[in-house]
Amino acid sequence: MDVFLQQLVNGISLGAIYALIALGYTMIYGVLRFINFAHGDVFMIGAYVGFYAATMISSVFPIGSVGAAVFVLLSAMIVCAALGASIEFLAYRPLRSRPKLTVLITAIGVSLFLEYVAQLLFGATPKGYPEIFSDRALIRTDAITINVVQAVVICVSLFLMFALRIIVLKTKIGTAMRAVSFNQSAASLMGINISSVITFTFVIGSALAAAGGVLYGSQYPSIEPLMGIMPGLKAFVAAVLGGIGNIPGAALGAMIIGIVETFAASTFLSTYRDAIAFAILIAILIFKPSGLLGHKEIEKV
Amino acid sequence: MKSNLLLLVAAVVVVALSFLMDSLDPYFARMIIMAGVNITLAVSLNLINGFTGQFSLGHAGFMAIGAYLSAIVSTYMLSHGWDATGLGATLVLILGLLVGGSFAALGGLAVGIPTLRLRGDYLAIATLGFNEIIRVVIQNVDFRIDGVSYVGGARGFSVTQLSDFISVFLVAAIAVWLVENLVNSTYGRGFLAVRDDEVAAEAMGVNTTKFKVQAFVIGAFFAGVAGGLYSHFNNYLSPNDFTFLKSIDIVVMVILGGMGSTIGVIIAAIVLTALPEFLREFASYRMIIYSLLLIILMIARPQGLLGPEVVRTLLKRKKHKPAAPIT
Amino acid sequence: MNRSPLFYIFAVLFTIGSLTSCKKEGGAVDNTGDIVVGEFASLTGQTATFGQSVTEGSHLAFDEINEAGGVLDRKIKVVTEDDQSKTEDANAAVQKLISRDNVIALLGEVASSRSMAAAPTAQNAKIPMISPASTNEEVTKKGDYIFRICFIDPFQGEALANFALKSLNAKRAAVLQDVRQDYSLGLAEAFKRTFLAGGGQIVSEQSYSSSDKEFRAQLTSVRSSQPDVIFVPGYYNEVSLIVRQARELGLTVPLLGGDGWDSPELTKGAEKEFENTYLSNHFAAEDPDPIVQGFVTKYKQKYGKSPDAMAALGYDAARILADAIKRAGTTEGPKLRDAIAQTKDFLGVTGKITINAQRNADKPLTILKVVNGQFKFHQRVDPSGATSGSTAAPAPDSSAAATPDTTKKNVTAPAGAK
Repeated sequence: MDVFLQQLVNGISLGAIYALIALGYTMIYGVLRFINFAHGDVFMIGAYVGFYAATMISSVFPIGSVGAAVFVLLSAMIVCAALGASIEFLAYRPLRSRPKLTVLITAIGVSLFLEYVAQLLFGATPKGYPEIFSDRALIRTDAITINVVQAVVICVSLFLMFALRIIVLKTKIGTAMRAVSFNQSAASLMGINISSVITFTFVIGSALAAAGGVLYGSQYPSIEPLMGIMPGLKAFVAAVLGGIGNIPGAALGAMIIGIVETFAASTFLSTYRDAIAFAILIAILIFKPSGLLGHKEIEKV
Repeated sequence: MKSNLLLLVAAVVVVALSFLMDSLDPYFARMIIMAGVNITLAVSLNLINGFTGQFSLGHAGFMAIGAYLSAIVSTYMLSHGWDATGLGATLVLILGLLVGGSFAALGGLAVGIPTLRLRGDYLAIATLGFNEIIRVVIQNVDFRIDGVSYVGGARGFSVTQLSDFISVFLVAAIAVWLVENLVNSTYGRGFLAVRDDEVAAEAMGVNTTKFKVQAFVIGAFFAGVAGGLYSHFNNYLSPNDFTFLKSIDIVVMVILGGMGSTIGVIIAAIVLTALPEFLREFASYRMIIYSLLLIILMIARPQGLLGPEVVRTLLKRKKHKPAAPIT
Repeated sequence: MNRSPLFYIFAVLFTIGSLTSCKKEGGAVDNTGDIVVGEFASLTGQTATFGQSVTEGSHLAFDEINEAGGVLDRKIKVVTEDDQSKTEDANAAVQKLISRDNVIALLGEVASSRSMAAAPTAQNAKIPMISPASTNEEVTKKGDYIFRICFIDPFQGEALANFALKSLNAKRAAVLQDVRQDYSLGLAEAFKRTFLAGGGQIVSEQSYSSSDKEFRAQLTSVRSSQPDVIFVPGYYNEVSLIVRQARELGLTVPLLGGDGWDSPELTKGAEKEFENTYLSNHFAAEDPDPIVQGFVTKYKQKYGKSPDAMAALGYDAARILADAIKRAGTTEGPKLRDAIAQTKDFLGVTGKITINAQRNADKPLTILKVVNGQFKFHQRVDPSGATSGSTAAPAPDSSAAATPDTTKKNVTAPAGAK
């Protein structure tokens, strides 16, 4: 039973990080109907920005202090928000009227570009992440250990998810986002500036991914330029699992993926861990393509 | 009669080239052979992506199945008395390729059927998922015959060199011939119909399921054969060679060549085999340039550099215009 | 007929392509001017970190040699090609180096799979190839022009198993291997063989893949099997996380690993977790040997960071090659090959190296104990297997070890930090 509980905690904390990335995927898909392949690499850039920010600010706020943590998170989120908006503007906006496959290929190109530039700029050697959040145990019972990092990860993720929910449900721009994801042409007829909404979506999505990157780096203190590929893909699977375009669904899907992956890893299937997420994806796409919380999309002809 | 004559000419050229190969710089010889393998890969993917409009990102998985299965067959046979040269070797290779291709075709079936209802992005990710599943399975399986390890996962699998220029180009020619003729036939209109408008096609009585599955099976078969040729040329197999990144490489060839244009895809395959080699001087910038080119290409000219219209104008062919997938 | 233009183009393209300027170049070796050495490594891609390190080491060595006047009164020019961590590209790179650049020798690769893929090409062209770090036994069996200057898995695995059995008094071992890396699998296999032969029991065998970050699942299973020692023959990228997570889960037994652990990044921020861990390596950084210290200083000066094992191996491979050229007095293939094969007692950064009859390196292995985040010399194992210089082996640490948690973090900077 203790093992079970411990694995559950591990799974939830992993799932929380996937959720931050998955939210970005699902929002962008909801608004633009396309999979932003480069999202996982924005996550990676966020982790690196956090790394450098921590070193920069260490004279003002020593590493491990709340000030440093806040600074690191904020700088990563701001830089990546800008990055996300630029990517949208430079690479996706010119293709707004083109078939979706063209944009998909472009997204793959952007993803490769970010990865290789990172390998060149930051070097391919993994870097040890500064201890922004302490890795001491917060709760240590006989059954389970939850350390500070895990607790912070879960709390920050929850906080950001709630903040997102409020933005989406209660603000004007959030309503605009939902309108655009429902029906783009009708929304623009109603006077909504589609471009601003899209940019905003990218900004928020990228900021969340960046936060995910910093938290991931804190929990697994070894970052390298290709670190975003797998978490990015798994987060996408999570978004689909929950119903793509559906925000609570993405969070739910991410939790499920995180927990299933962790449990699978504790059995003889541990080296199949990457394949399991994809197997889940394929199963969902076959049996319930709209995802757990999503609704069926009817194709009109 | 004219086509038979030209077929003969093509065959003669291929044979002549094969003699020429020995006096070629081995570096270029290698490039030419790899180009041939890539042509088969690109043309087979073009059937799925270009002509049938199914966006598959998992071609490397089929290639991997073919590569490993054919290697298992040839390694087993060679260690049980068959010669590594001469006619015996050719037979070993042919058998290996057929086995590899067939298993890959089965893989195509396994991928094509579950994904029937998926479109666009979803299909892309599902096929990517299959690719990774295949890779992970290969990595983990410990396949032994009589105690000798075949497959070997990350420890790798050494393969005897059996492919050469003739085998590679014969296969490429067969693939091109088959795909072109299939797609240009009356029967083959079905593939294009699925690509152009699946709902309308279904409404018109076209069995879209059949065409989609067939595209996957045939495409996968040739990918498997190409994989077999690859493994017998590269001397060594490792699962890391067959990740979805390799699939993306092949997809780029199809995109660059203009989806739905066989000749364009052939040229693109050749160019993209040679390009990384010529970009070597830029070492670490090479992949950055490559990815930038991809982005720019998509923005500036998504129908590919050699889309069907370009080829038609160049050749002034009176061909039935393939409905352009891009509006 | 629609087919005809297609085949015309098909045939014509290849005729043109093949005929234009692709003739085989004369293979005459240039006997004046710079000596051209080829190097292929993974500068980008999945294992880019190893490729980058090993070429940094070799370039440092060649720069030094050239500054000192070169070899045979000629400077060495090294042409480095990236293989993107793919075997296909390794083959292409090696082919290009041999036929286009006319190199007289090859350095590469780190990954055994890529060395094995490229070796036949080098062998057929009779160009000597020295691998700095490929540990799979099969690599040097590809031909008599293929050499390596690092340990082979059997030697290292055996030494570690014996250390576990005799010095750590372990009877029950758990193994956690990286299923994506040949190195890890090879070392694990060798360890298991020897450990079982020595009367030990393998109580748990778990696997992970490179670039995994979560090992608690596997470690929890390891914990239930109650091992005396945990063998982790992986690379430092994952090991640094594995050790942390193991301690978090309350695993206090010793952890043991191979030279893949060697990196300045290994213990950063986790000094406490790394107490009671051991690794085998080519050398001890604290070794006052001027060769080692000289290398570390020069490397830091040139690259602004501390060298890891790959860099040291790259450095030695380059120097052994240069030394062999000097001894051969020529750059001709067969004579150079013989000179490399005759390397004896070469004083490298990574130990005193002698190339044996199987073209592998005979050199002593050092077992290091991690203390305060630094590697401290613990034991030496000679090529024959004899151990020496050992401090009394510590008793198996099952009860007394500190639980890694609430006490204040040890803030001493780890070894090799700027």
